[in-house]
Amino acid sequence: MAILVYADHNNAELSSATLNAVTAANQMGGDVTVLVAGEGCDAVAEAASKVAGVSKVLVAQDAALKDQLAENVAPLIAGMASDYSHIVAPATTTGKNIMPRAAALLDTQQVSDITEVVSPDTFVRPIYAGNAMATVQSTDAIKIVTVRSTSFDPAAEEGGSASVEAVGGASDAGLSSFEGAALSDNERPELTTARVVISGGRGMQSGDNFAMLEEVADILGAAVGASRAAVDAGYVPNDYQVGQTGKVVAPELYIAVGISGAIQHLAGMKDSKVIACINKDEEAPIFQVADLGLVADLFQAVPELKSELEKQGIQAR
Amino acid sequence: MKVLVPVKRVIDYNVKVRVKADQSGVDLANVKMSMNPFDEIAVEQAVRMKEAGTVTEVVAVTLGAEQSQETLRTALAMGADRAIHVVHDGELEPLAVAKMLAKLVEEETPDMVILGKQAIDDDANQTGQMLSGLLGWSQGTFVSKVETSDGAVKVTREVDGGLETVALKMPAILTVDLRLNEPRYASLPNIMKARKKEIAKKTPDELGVDTTPRLTTVKVEEPPKRQGGAKVGSVEELVSKLHNDVGVI
Ligand SMILES: Cc1cc2nc3c(=O)[nH]c(=O)nc-3n(C[C@H](O)[C@H](O)[C@H](O)COP(=O)(O)OP(=O)(O)OC[C@H]3O[C@@H](n4cnc5c(N)ncnc54)[C@H](O)[C@@H]3O)c2cc1C
Ligand SMILES: Nc1ncnc2c1ncn2[C@@H]1O[C@H](COP(=O)(O)O)[C@@H](O)[C@H]1O
Repeated sequence: MAILVYADHNNAELSSATLNAVTAANQMGGDVTVLVAGEGCDAVAEAASKVAGVSKVLVAQDAALKDQLAENVAPLIAGMASDYSHIVAPATTTGKNIMPRAAALLDTQQVSDITEVVSPDTFVRPIYAGNAMATVQSTDAIKIVTVRSTSFDPAAEEGGSASVEAVGGASDAGLSSFEGAALSDNERPELTTARVVISGGRGMQSGDNFAMLEEVADILGAAVGASRAAVDAGYVPNDYQVGQTGKVVAPELYIAVGISGAIQHLAGMKDSKVIACINKDEEAPIFQVADLGLVADLFQAVPELKSELEKQGIQAR
Repeated sequence: MKVLVPVKRVIDYNVKVRVKADQSGVDLANVKMSMNPFDEIAVEQAVRMKEAGTVTEVVAVTLGAEQSQETLRTALAMGADRAIHVVHDGELEPLAVAKMLAKLVEEETPDMVILGKQAIDDDANQTGQMLSGLLGWSQGTFVSKVETSDGAVKVTREVDGGLETVALKMPAILTVDLRLNEPRYASLPNIMKARKKEIAKKTPDELGVDTTPRLTTVKVEEPPKRQGGAKVGSVEELVSKLHNDVGVI
């Protein structure tokens, strides 16, 4: 059995979600090959070759692959599929965009966003916003799987010594072209891997008020997230959204501020180790999942939180 | 330009889902069902393009049981011109849905298909990408902005790092994200009018698609329950508990 893991990267760095996918792939059993498709991505291939549990790295470099356009990448994956029992990708927006297209080309029913590997053909995945967990067995010859990164430990970044091999086969389908990106330049830890996350909701009332959360985040070394309502209202950019249809996070500590706790939000954070919340409505559903709930007006409590952290000399770990 | 909009009937997003005691699935008996929220956004997009004069006809499609007709009526009341119902009892996986949609695309020859990015029941996030692959069309997924011009469409996509802009050759597949628009409520007169609009019926057999599931559901369980509910009386207590008792800061 051989498993192909599609690497998520930006041509410069391997994304951390790829490391979680490698762990899931190793649990499926078999040799793990990582495919790095892009352009000018030698550093990514190099990084992938050092990851523990990877036995081979294939690098496909072509201008057509630079921007991860699904129309160009999916045929490349489909073309090499016959050598593998499984094709695995992290359930990032890149993985979600490309893999189903590859699956269709291979006449395969993808298994999305798995949280557990039961056996090589059987996986657990959340359905209905995580209100139910389905165990499904794939009958397809090649299993195509995307992996929820918070459910698998990252593979060690060092310890492997995989061979790196260049592969061809890329071409431009001529269907789409990348025009540009407006990425949030965030100095803070990444939302999906941060040890602490502090999120704001509609209760924050404005984007400017998120500065209060950022000050606390700075002290704790935390990432800042948001509910859909806060994003829809334009307080913060879309990539802050935590939830069923946003990002899934599972930090050591999640602090929800002015968030009611709708099921769609809980879907993205209820696997956090400890949940704290600040909300002025004691009936808010967020209290039902919070280990430490504070009924208070956030405009008082958040500044107080900052000074209390300072007073107790608490610093980022 | 003609647009096809696939709409799925799903459990209403406000309903608390219950897992069946025999672990065979979730209990859908007597629960409120609605159009998948992302599909409402897709219909709204298509109807707005029609109102703007870029689109001449909007065709809504659903694949599912007899009751899915209600979802088509909603799409028609929102402004779709006519509808197609592929009648099928039982579960349909994204690949089978995509194959049937591909057949309907051959018959209807639309210039664009606009889908939701994700159905909130299976949370698969696959159908649009699969349809695009089967047809060999361009795909713009998770879109929050759409600009059409001659023979091309430019979309803004919501990605993990922020936003991305991609130009797509026509014909194209779009899957829509939450922030593309706010779907309208159908007015009473439009609901009345929608009753007279045509719904064509078909079967998977007529489309020549094998709908046999590829995935076997072994079991469906409740997720682990969290023991929440504990409260603290002050910010000071919150910090001290986080620091000393649970030790996460
Ligand atoms: C298809 C679909 C997908 C969705 N996906 C997501 C998703 O991925 N993520 C997500 O988050 N949501 C998602 N939602 C939306 C979700 O249903 C809720 O509407 C949303 O999470 C509510 O955000 P909120 O808690 O910030 O706002 P609200 O529900 O309005 O809650 C605001 C809270 O702030 C509190 N508050 C107000 N002022 C103060 C104050 N001064 N001090 C303290 N507390 C205060 C209030 O008591 C209230 O509890 C989705 C919905 C749909 C239909
Ligand atoms: N049975 C169905 N009938 C009509 N449209 C569907 C159906 N299943 C999926 N879709 C479309 O595909 C999108 C994505 O669904 P999924 O891939 O299941 O998450 C939905 O938002 C719908 O637009």
